[in-house]
Amino acid sequence: MAAAAAGAGSGPWAAQEKQFPPALLSFFIYNPGFGPREGEEENKILFYHPNEVEKNEKIRNVGLCEAIVQFTRTFSPSKPAKSLHTQKNRQFFNEPEGNFWMVMVVRNPIIEKQSKDGKPVIEYQEEELLDKVYSSVLQQCYSMYKLFNGTFLKAMEDGGVKLLKERLEKFFHRYLQTLHLQSCDLLDIFGGISFFPLDKMTYLKIQSFINRMEESLNIVKYTAFLYNDQLIWSGLEQDDMRILYKYLTTSLFPRHIEPELAGRDSPIRAEMPGNLQHYGRFLTGPLNLNDPDAKCRFPKIFVNTDDTYEELHLIVYKAMSAAVCFMIDASIHPTLDFCRRLDSIVGPQLTVLASDICEQFNINKRMSGSEKEPQFKFIYFNHMNLAEKSTVHMRKTPSVSLTSVHPDLMKILGDINSDFTRVDEDEEIIVKAMSDYWVVGKKSDRRELYVILNQKNANLIEVNEEVKKLCATQFNNIFFLD
Amino acid sequence: MGEEDYYLELCERPVQFEKANPVNCVFFDEANKQVFAVRSGGATGVVVKGPDDRNPISFRMDDKGEVKCIKFSLENKILAVQRTSKTVDFCNFIPDNSQLEYTQECKTKNANILGFCWTSSTEIVFITDQGIEFYQVLPEKRSLKLLKSHNLNVNWYMYCPESAVILLSTTVLENVLQPFHFRAGTMSKLPKFEIELPAAPKSTKPSLSERDIAMATIYGQLYVLFLRHHSRTSNSTGAEVVLYHLPREGACKKMHILKLNRTGKFALNVVDNLVVVHHQDTETSVIFDIKLRGEFDGSVTFHHPVLPARSIQPYQIPIAGPAAVTTQSPVPCKLYSSSWIVFQPDIIISASQVLSESDRASLPVIATVFDKLNHEYKKYLDAEQSYAMAVEAGQSRSSPLLKRPVRTQAVLDQSDVYTHVLSAFVEKKEMPHKFVIAVLMEYIRSLNQFQIAVQHYLHELVIKTLVQHNLFYMLHQFLQYHVLSDSKPLACLLLSLESFYPPAHQLSLDMLKRLSTANDEIVEVLLSKHQVLAALRFIRGIGGHDNISARKFLDAAKQTEDNMLFYTIFRFFEQRNQRLRGSPNFTPGEHCEEHVAFFKQIFGDQALMRPTTF
Repeated sequence: MAAAAAGAGSGPWAAQEKQFPPALLSFFIYNPGFGPREGEEENKILFYHPNEVEKNEKIRNVGLCEAIVQFTRTFSPSKPAKSLHTQKNRQFFNEPEGNFWMVMVVRNPIIEKQSKDGKPVIEYQEEELLDKVYSSVLQQCYSMYKLFNGTFLKAMEDGGVKLLKERLEKFFHRYLQTLHLQSCDLLDIFGGISFFPLDKMTYLKIQSFINRMEESLNIVKYTAFLYNDQLIWSGLEQDDMRILYKYLTTSLFPRHIEPELAGRDSPIRAEMPGNLQHYGRFLTGPLNLNDPDAKCRFPKIFVNTDDTYEELHLIVYKAMSAAVCFMIDASIHPTLDFCRRLDSIVGPQLTVLASDICEQFNINKRMSGSEKEPQFKFIYFNHMNLAEKSTVHMRKTPSVSLTSVHPDLMKILGDINSDFTRVDEDEEIIVKAMSDYWVVGKKSDRRELYVILNQKNANLIEVNEEVKKLCATQFNNIFFLD
Repeated sequence: MGEEDYYLELCERPVQFEKANPVNCVFFDEANKQVFAVRSGGATGVVVKGPDDRNPISFRMDDKGEVKCIKFSLENKILAVQRTSKTVDFCNFIPDNSQLEYTQECKTKNANILGFCWTSSTEIVFITDQGIEFYQVLPEKRSLKLLKSHNLNVNWYMYCPESAVILLSTTVLENVLQPFHFRAGTMSKLPKFEIELPAAPKSTKPSLSERDIAMATIYGQLYVLFLRHHSRTSNSTGAEVVLYHLPREGACKKMHILKLNRTGKFALNVVDNLVVVHHQDTETSVIFDIKLRGEFDGSVTFHHPVLPARSIQPYQIPIAGPAAVTTQSPVPCKLYSSSWIVFQPDIIISASQVLSESDRASLPVIATVFDKLNHEYKKYLDAEQSYAMAVEAGQSRSSPLLKRPVRTQAVLDQSDVYTHVLSAFVEKKEMPHKFVIAVLMEYIRSLNQFQIAVQHYLHELVIKTLVQHNLFYMLHQFLQYHVLSDSKPLACLLLSLESFYPPAHQLSLDMLKRLSTANDEIVEVLLSKHQVLAALRFIRGIGGHDNISARKFLDAAKQTEDNMLFYTIFRFFEQRNQRLRGSPNFTPGEHCEEHVAFFKQIFGDQALMRPTTF
C-alpha cells in the first residue's frame, strides 16, 4: 500500500521510491462568447498559464473544457461537470460569473519506482486528490481576484477585454505562484475564520475602541479587528471578511512577521522608524511617517460586489499582536497628514488595548485551566459564522500548512466531509483507519466536527464515549447533538 | 458637531428688564432671586421680577436720594431700601398695614452700612464695616427691635440664602472669614477660618477678593468655594477651586480641590449639586461632581472635570430686549461675551441632556457620562443590597445604623435610561445608525464595567436596531461573544428572526442550551423543525425520555411523512412502555390510538412489538 511509504524518506524502499506531490499544470480563464466562430477561438482566451504553451494547444485545451461542460450539461442542465478525472491529472471547472470559466489542471501525485531492470516506472495516484478541496481552491482564486480587482464584468465595463486581460495577467501571474497545491486540505474547503476567544468585557472595550476610532477618523467606512491572526470584529459582511481574512493571515501578516519577531531595538526594526510612544505601525501604506515623500498608497479592495459594489482603500495598522483594518471609500485619497493623525490617535490606544487583551487572555486561560492541549486532534467548523478551530494544524504559513497528522488521515477527513455534503440531515461517521487511528466525523445543525483518536485497541463504543467527552468539555456552550 | 455640543443652557424664561443707565438702576436680590429696576430713584416706578413670577410687581416710591440697595423680605412682605450709609428705610407691603416708610439707623457709632440681608419675612441683618446687627422688623409698629449684634472689622460680606449663613471677610488680608448662622430669631457665630492665599509677588499686597469666593449648598452641605488663580504649589499651573466644608457644628475644613488646568477669568455656579466653572477666555464651561472619585492625598480630594469643556448653548432672547438674566448665585458671568448676564442653568446634567439636547456629542463624552452615571447607580445598588441583607439578617428597622439608602437625583437606573434616553434616541431618524449602535454598545459596556447586570430590554433594543438596518452579521458577532446575555426572551426573539436570518436558529438553540433550564423549549423548537430524531436524542441525552409525551413525538413523526422515521419513533416508545410497564402497549391515557392504527395500516399488525413473556 502506497500510504505506508508516503512521505517516508528513510524507509527500506527509500532508494527505490520517489514521491512527487500534486502540482499545477495549467490554469486558464476563458469566455466562450468572445470567439464563437471558427478561426476566432483565440479570442475566447482571457488568461492562460503557463503562457509559453503554443497557441494551438491553448485553443485545443480550452475547446476540450468547453466541450466537456457542454456535454455534461445535457444530463444536468443546472449543474454541469465540476471536474474531470484522468489518469495523469484532474481538471476543475468553475463558472464564477456568467459565461466566464476558470479551469485549473492539477497533476496527480506521482510515485516513481525503480523496476527490476533499473528503469524508472511512474505511477500516478489517481485517487489521492479530493475534488472538493481543489474546487474550493479554484473558487478562492476567483474570490481573491475579485477582492482586489472587482468582478470580470466590471473590468469589461471599465475598459473592455483589453483591461480585463491586463488585470487577470497582473493578478494571477503572481497569485498562482503562491498556490501550494500539495498542502491543500479540509481547511480550504471550509475557508473558515479563526476567532479569538475573549471575555465579554474586553470584547466590549474593543467595540468601544473601534467605534471611537471610526468617529474620530470619520472617513472610515468599515473596520475589522484581529488579534494574533484571529478575528475579533468584522464590520464587513461575512463573505467579504472571509476572503479578506484569508489574505491577511496567509499573505499580508506573514510578510511582516520578521521585523516583529526581531523586537523594536533590532537593526531590522530600526529601518522603520516608529514612534517611541507606541508600537503602532502601518502594514499597508507609508512605512516612514517622518519621510515627507512617503507614499500613502493603500491597496484597493472591492466588497459587496453583489449589490452596492464598493471600492475601498485598505489600511492595515498593527500594534504588537493587535491589527486593525480601516476601510475607507476609494474616492477619498488618504494623505500623509491623515496617516500621521491616524498614527497619533490609533497608535497609543491600540498599544494599550493590545496589552490589555493579552493580559486578559492569559488570566482567562489560567482560570479555565485549559493550558494543556487536549489529547485529541480535532477540526471544528460552523457554516453559520464560518468559525473554524483546528488542533491538527500547527501553523498555516503562506508556503506550507503544517499538520500534525498523516496525510492519509487528512484524506479520510476530506472523504467524510464529502459524505456530509450529500445529505442535509445530521449524521455521524466513524472510521477505523489502517494505522490504528479512529476518525470520527459529526455533523449537527450546520456544524461539523472531525476527531482523530489514537487508541489502538479501542472499540466503537469506547470511541463514541471519548468523543462525547470531548464535546462535553470543548463544546458545552453550544447546542451540539451527541 | 462643534457648536452644537452643550451641557448647559439658560433658563427658558429669562427675566428681562430695562437696561441700567443713569436714570434706571438695576439691583439683584439673591435671596428672592428678584431683579429690581428702579427708575429715577423710584419716582417714576420700581419694577420687580423674579424667575417664577408671571406678573412682575410694580410700584412707585418717593425719590429720596440714590438707592444703594433694595430688597424685599421673604414672601415680599416688607421692602427695605438703603439710600445712605447709615440708615435703611422700610416700607410695608402687607395689606391693612401702613405703607408709610420708617427708618432704622445702624446702632454702631461711626459705622457704615455695607449692605443688608433678609433672613426671614421679618428679620433683617445689617452688615457694617464694624460688625453686624440682627433686627426684628415689627411692621404693625413700624419699628425695628435689635435682637443681637457683634463687633468686628468687616471688609466685605456674602450671604447664602439657602443656608441662611453670612460670611464676613475680616483682617487686612481679607482672608479670615467669619460665618454667622441665622435661624428663627437667633444668630450663632460659627468658628472662623482662614483661606490660604496663593503666594504673590512682594510688591503687591495679597488679599482675598470677594469675587473669588462663593457659597453654595452641594449635596446638602454648605461649602465655601474659593477660586485660586494660581496654585499654591509652584509645579502645577492653572487655577483651581478650593472647597471648604462649613458644617453646622465644628470647624470649617478644606475638603476638595477642583483642578481647572487653565488660567484666566472664571465664574462659578452650582447647578444640581454640580460645580460649574465658566471660563471667559475660551468661552467654555467645565463641570465637577465632588461625589465622584478623585485623588485623595490624605486630607483633600482632587477632582478633574467630569466632561470636556463645552460652551453654554447660545441663547436667543425670545423678545427683543436689552438683556437677559436670571440667577442663583450673584456671580456676574458675562456668558463669555460683554453683556451683563448672570444665569441659572437649572437643567439636569445627564445622559439625556448630552444625547437629546445637544445634537451629537462625541462618543468619549457619552462614554464618560455613562460611566459617571453608572458609578452612582452601582453605588446605590450596592447600598440597596447591603441594606436588604441587613434587614434579612434580622437587624431591626429602627436601628440607627440601618438606613435605607437614599436615591438621589444622580441615580439613573437602566429603565430610566432606557425609557427616557435610549428608546427615544434610537427613534431619531436623522441619527446615523452606526452612531446609534455605538451609543447603545457604550452604555452596555459601561454597565458591564461596573458589573451591573444588563436588563434584557436593553439587549432587545440593540437587536431591534441591528435588525432594522439589516446588520445581522454584526448581531451574530455580538451573540458569539456573549455580549448580549442569554435569556429565554432573547432566545425566542432570535427564533422569530430565523426567516430573515437563518443562522438565528442556531444562535437561539445554543442560547437555550446554555440556559440549561430551557430543555422543553429546545424539544419544541426541534419538533417544530420536524427534527424528531434529534429531539428524541436530545431528551434522552439529558435523561428526560421517560417523562415525555409519546403522542407529541408520534404526531411530529407522522407529519414528516417519513414512514421509516415513524417506525423508529413508534418502536422507541413501545420499548419504553415495555421497560416502564412491562408491556409495549400504550395506555389509554397516552391517547395514541390513532398512531397505533396508523402503524398497523402501514406496517401491518405483525409489526407491533410482542409483549415479552417470561
